[in-house]
Amino acid sequence: MEDIKKTVLEYVIEEYVEDEDEELTYDTPLISGGIVDSFSMVSLKRFLESKYKISIPDEKATPEAFDSVDKIYELVKEFVKE
Amino acid sequence: MSNIGSYEKRVKDFNWSISEKELGYKEGDVLNIGWYCSDRICQMGKANKPALIWDGLGGKKSSYSFNDVRLASNTIGAFLKKIGVKNKDRVCLFLDKIPELYLGFIGILKIGAIAQPLFSAFGDESLHVRLENAETTVIITQRKHVSKVRKIKDKLPDLKHVIIVDHDGKKPLRDGEMIFSLKEETPVEEFEIFPTKAESPSVLHYTSGTTGQPKGVKHVHYSLIGQYLTAKWVLDLKDNDIYWCTADPGWVTGTSYGIIGPWSLGVTQCVLDTGFSAEAWYKFIEKHKVTVWYSAPTAIRSLMKAGDEVIKKYDLSSLRHLASVGEPLNSEAVIWSKKVFGKYFLDTYWQTETGAMMLTNFPGMKVKPGSMGKPFPGIMAAVLDPKSFEPDGEPGKIGLIAFKPGWPSMMRTYWNNEETYRAKFVNDWYVSGDRASIDKEGYYWFVGRDDDVINTGGHLVSPFEVESALLEHEAVAESAVVAKPDEVNMEVVKAVVVLKPGFEPSEELELKIMNFIRKKLSPLAMPQETEYVDSLPKTRSGKIMRRLLHAKEWGEEIGDTSTLEGEE
Repeated sequence: MEDIKKTVLEYVIEEYVEDEDEELTYDTPLISGGIVDSFSMVSLKRFLESKYKISIPDEKATPEAFDSVDKIYELVKEFVKE
Repeated sequence: MSNIGSYEKRVKDFNWSISEKELGYKEGDVLNIGWYCSDRICQMGKANKPALIWDGLGGKKSSYSFNDVRLASNTIGAFLKKIGVKNKDRVCLFLDKIPELYLGFIGILKIGAIAQPLFSAFGDESLHVRLENAETTVIITQRKHVSKVRKIKDKLPDLKHVIIVDHDGKKPLRDGEMIFSLKEETPVEEFEIFPTKAESPSVLHYTSGTTGQPKGVKHVHYSLIGQYLTAKWVLDLKDNDIYWCTADPGWVTGTSYGIIGPWSLGVTQCVLDTGFSAEAWYKFIEKHKVTVWYSAPTAIRSLMKAGDEVIKKYDLSSLRHLASVGEPLNSEAVIWSKKVFGKYFLDTYWQTETGAMMLTNFPGMKVKPGSMGKPFPGIMAAVLDPKSFEPDGEPGKIGLIAFKPGWPSMMRTYWNNEETYRAKFVNDWYVSGDRASIDKEGYYWFVGRDDDVINTGGHLVSPFEVESALLEHEAVAESAVVAKPDEVNMEVVKAVVVLKPGFEPSEELELKIMNFIRKKLSPLAMPQETEYVDSLPKTRSGKIMRRLLHAKEWGEEIGDTSTLEGEE
């Protein structure tokens, strides 16, 4: 399960971070921090669903639930089967 | 008592000279928006009044008085002049909603140059076509966006300078790049403002159409006359207000009503430069005691989605007037706002091309949830028959929203595209491209676009632009891009794609296509759904029939298919 955090963090850095100097950690605010905008959140959700073969209901995919890698991990954990 | 008072009386007695008189402007005078938004307010005795209260990422905050705005814009203007920027040169602001964006905008106008603000989430291709078309000579940006500029700089022969406002000195600059730090510059107290006149160009905003590349909408300094009065009468801005316009100045709302309107009235405005979250927004209103809030239907629907409970955690009693723009505000959102904020969100309708509000709900007017309201005094509006282009006049009949040209903030042309500009006028009407009906009481009701342009979250996306970009993806043979209904954003982009031989549909490919467009164009243009098909519906002459795909998406009648390829 710890791999999820690492994978998501690497993906966010690769796909969404424009400033090469920006240091991202597991608790860096993503949505409220302006790194991932609300439109791009759709692509991040699609990545999680495709990577972990899960389906995240729209009502769970809120800006708050996607606001850090830590929070995304908590969300994904709900749906991933051990 | 609202600023407008009686709408009917204002309509009856209206003349734009009301605005000119209040601003102390007479025909033929020098008219510079930069001066009106800073120096003039200081001369009126409000030099120490807060003009901009800014909250940024990571708890950063700053505040600027009108005198600070005057000095900072002088300083930016002086710097631009020093590096050779001249009257009418295009200077692009490619910045997040940081103070330099607002101060830079005023500084550019003060030297008579043309401000070209661009949405900072644009990808390199979107940036390239807009800078190329405008023959932009300077771009002002920040460290986090400079990599996008570097990708395209060699393809822009007119671009002489790339100014970085937050360079920390850690990495070397490249050819043509320079550092400008407002904090380190000596404030310029005395500055000779360029004597622009009413028809001198001021702002260039880009907007998308169905075909062709984005169009640069040219505005002039006289637009102030409309922006000032609409901000005063529709937003009801008063001297002691704390105003929050949530729009990004990369789009027209963010300049007309996120800079020019409030500052020409000497009103304090707040800016929140963080991503969206309902809690953060309510907290911001509570913290700054926002009184007037101008936002967008997508944001309002996102707040609705976040629920009513979160609202109870904050004291939002400072709010006295709410308005909305960008796309039609659905009646549910209007009614919801009354329930939770005790005030209706009043819808306003206008476009990049109109420069200022055209149809609006006014303070004190009966609210019909879902309606765009009535024409601003002095605006002659109509719904035209789509065939004769004559006003129909029959209540409830759907037609094209049109306006008689001549209002102060009307665009003066599309940059380097006079032909397309002229095509917007038929029978001496400016035809908006939107459809509506008028009810018996004169209220306008939005129906939809009259073309294929996608309105997503209040921003227009050209299907042509997305289709062109999709063709550059290695897997795409051809595509058609249409609007898909969306609960929050009204519409989102959907791509219907024919793959090249050797590529198979998959979730991974869909994600790759999404990210490809997001980075190349913008997150707004990113297809939120991709459908794979074997072929696209085309006319016998080979033109893709987007209309059919749109009708299928929206569950509408397909209509005439006699020109469809393969139909006999």
